[in-house]
Amino acid sequence: TYTFCCRHTVTLIPGDGIGPELLSHVREVFRYSCVPVDFEVVHVNSALASQDDMDNAITAIRRNGVALKGNIETKHTLPPSVKSRNNILRTSLDLYANVMHCQSLSGVQTRHKNIDIMIIRENTEGEYSNLEHESVSGVVESLKIITRNNSLRIAEYAFKLAREKGRRRVTAVHKANIMKLGDGLFLQCCKEVASGYPDITFDSMIVDNTTMQLVSKPQQFDVMVMPNLYGNVVSNVCAGLVGGPGLVPGANYGRDYAVFETATRNTGKSIAGRNIANPTAMLLASCMMLDHLKLNDYASLIRNGVLTTMNETRVVAHSRYWGLGTTSDVVQSVMKNIQSKGQLTAEL
Amino acid sequence: MEYVGNLHLLLRRFCTLVFSHNAFTYRCLSGMQTVTLIPGDGIGPEISTAVMKIFEAAKAPIQWEERNVTAIQGPGGKWMIPPDAKESMDKNKMGLKGPLKTPIAAGHPSMNLLLRKTFDLYANVRPCMSIEGYKTPYTDVDLVTIRENTEGEYSGIEHIIVDGVVQSIKLITETASKRIAEYAFEYARNNQRTSVTAVHKANIMRMSDGLFLRKCREVAENYKDVKFREMYLDTVCLNMVQDPTQFDVLVMPNLYGDILSDLCAGLIGGLGVTPSGNIGANGVAIFESVHGTAPDIAGLDMANPTALLLSAVMMLRHMGLHAYADKIQIACFDTIKDKKVLTGDLGGKSKCSEFTGEICRRVQDME
Repeated sequence: TYTFCCRHTVTLIPGDGIGPELLSHVREVFRYSCVPVDFEVVHVNSALASQDDMDNAITAIRRNGVALKGNIETKHTLPPSVKSRNNILRTSLDLYANVMHCQSLSGVQTRHKNIDIMIIRENTEGEYSNLEHESVSGVVESLKIITRNNSLRIAEYAFKLAREKGRRRVTAVHKANIMKLGDGLFLQCCKEVASGYPDITFDSMIVDNTTMQLVSKPQQFDVMVMPNLYGNVVSNVCAGLVGGPGLVPGANYGRDYAVFETATRNTGKSIAGRNIANPTAMLLASCMMLDHLKLNDYASLIRNGVLTTMNETRVVAHSRYWGLGTTSDVVQSVMKNIQSKGQLTAEL
Repeated sequence: MEYVGNLHLLLRRFCTLVFSHNAFTYRCLSGMQTVTLIPGDGIGPEISTAVMKIFEAAKAPIQWEERNVTAIQGPGGKWMIPPDAKESMDKNKMGLKGPLKTPIAAGHPSMNLLLRKTFDLYANVRPCMSIEGYKTPYTDVDLVTIRENTEGEYSGIEHIIVDGVVQSIKLITETASKRIAEYAFEYARNNQRTSVTAVHKANIMRMSDGLFLRKCREVAENYKDVKFREMYLDTVCLNMVQDPTQFDVLVMPNLYGDILSDLCAGLIGGLGVTPSGNIGANGVAIFESVHGTAPDIAGLDMANPTALLLSAVMMLRHMGLHAYADKIQIACFDTIKDKKVLTGDLGGKSKCSEFTGEICRRVQDME
C-alpha cells in the first residue's frame, strides 16, 4: 500500500444502489474514530458502455493496493459485450480468492444457530470467464474454464487460511459427477494440496447436496472451498442463514491487491436512498480492510462497536426480522459504542 | 395361458387413447393402465416393492412392467439404454423410476442423463410442500421448481484444451428456453399458481442466460394472468433461506435448477420425502425418487419409500387418477403425522416393510 506519514490511501468505489450511502457511513465512522486512512474516490458510471471509468478505477487500485467498494450495477439494456464491471475488476487485478466468514450473531434471530463457516471461492475463472458466443442464431455457448493453476492456487489459499485460523476441516464443493473433466480437475487439485496438510481433514461434497445440508444442518461445515459459481450460491445461502445480506462482509484477495465489499454484493436498488439499509456488512468489511492494512487496533475498535450494537443494544436497521431502526440509528449507536471505549475520537 | 395372453392383447388393441389438457387418460376395457417400472439400484428394488404393495392395497388400476436401464454400448460404441426398456416406455408413456448409480469420472455418461436424452425429458418438476408431522426449521413452504433438463451446463461437452486447462460448455438454445418457459407458465395456469419467477445470472452470463431470460419474458406476454418476475440466482438463494413463502413457481436452466431444487427439498425435509417428475416430448413422463441409492442400507429393510411413493402419486395425478392419488397421499401423510411407525431417516425405528404395511392398512381402512 501507498503510505505517507503513517496514513494509508485507499481507493473507494461508491457503486450503485445502497453503495454510496453505506460507504459514506464508513467514512463517517472512520473520521469519528480518527482512522489514519484517506479515501481516493473513483466513480464508475454503470450506464455508460465505455471502459474508461473502470480503467481509472483499476489504475487507482493498482496505485493504492487496497479498495473498498459498493456493487456496480450491470445494466441489461447495454449490449452483452459490456461485461459486469465487478467481474472485470476482479479479473484485471487477479483477485483470485473471495473470502467470506459467516458467523451467527447472538443478537440476530435466525432459524439456525451456531453457524461458523469460512467460504473460500475461486474468484477469477470458472463460469465467470466471460467467454460466450452465439454459434448460430438461437444457439449460445458459454464456456466454463477450470485450470490446474488456479485450482491449486485457491486450494492452497484455503488450506493455508484454515491452518492459520486453527480450523479443522476443509470441504471442497463440486459437481464432478456431471462435469467430470472440469470439476474433476478442481477436485483433484484440492486433493493434491490436502495431502500437504495432514493436520487438516479434507472431504468433498456435491453442490446440490451441499445446499441441502446447509439448510438442514449448517453446523457441520467448517471451511469450504469451491469454484466460482458454486461459491456464489453457497455464500448467498450462508449469508441468508446467519441473517441476511446486511450482515456479512466479504473480501477479495490477490497476490498484490485486496478489495473489500459486502459478501453478497447486492446493489439493493429497491432500498437505496431510504435510510434503511443495514450498514453492518460494509462496516465489518472496512474492519477487514483495516486488518489488512495492519491497523488492527482501529479494526478491533470499530468491529467491537458494530458487534455490540448488533448483539446488545438491539438498535438494528430495518429488516423483515427486526425492528424499524434506520441506517443512521445504527451508525450513531456504533459510534457511541466506540466512544464509550474511551478512545480519542472526533466531536460527534 | 397363451390364449388368455392373446385375448389381453386383443383387448388392449380396442383401447382408446384420450389426451386431455394436462392429464393422460388411457381408457381400456380391462381398466388397467401399464406403467414402466425401473426399480434402480441400491434401495431401489425394495422401495419399488413397497410402492407396488401400496398401490395394490389401494386397488389402483396400475400394472407394472419392470425394466432395467443399465447403459449398454450399441453399434459404433455409442452408449444407450437397453432397447426393451426404450420400447416399454414408448409404449406405456408413463414411467416410475427408483435411484440409479452415477459413478464419478467413469467412462460412460450418467444413466439419468442418458434417459433424459433418449426421451427428451425436457422439464424436471419438483413440487416442494412442507409435510405436516415432519418438522423442519421451515414451515409453509409451497413452491414448485421447474428446471430445464436437456441442455445448459449439463450438455456433457467438455474438453481438455491443453494439459491443465479444461473447458466445459454450457449450451443455451432458443428452442429449449422457449419450451421450458411455456411449460412453466402452462403448469402455473393449470395448477392455479400465481407467479412464475425466472432464475438466472444474466449479469455475468450475458448472452446465454440473457437468451433464456428473453424467452421467458416473451412467453410471459402470452400469460398475463400469471405474474412474472426475474431474479438473480444468488438473490433467490439469499431470499429462499430467509423466507421461502415468497416463492411460487420457479423456472430456470439446468444447473441452477439442480441446485435450487435440492435446496428446496432440504427446506421440507430432504430427498427422502421429495417427489419429482420429468416431462418429455411425445407425452412421455417419468416420475422418480431423487435420492441416492443408499448402498449402505440396501437390502436391510431400512429404506424410506416416501419419495418414490409421492412421485408415484404425482404420476397418478398426471394420469388423471386423482381419487387414488389423494387416497394414497393422505394415508402416507397421516402415517408420518402419527409418528408411530416411521423409518429411521424420519426419526423412527420401524422397518421399511412396517412403514409400508401401515400405509397399506390406512389405505384399506379408507375403502
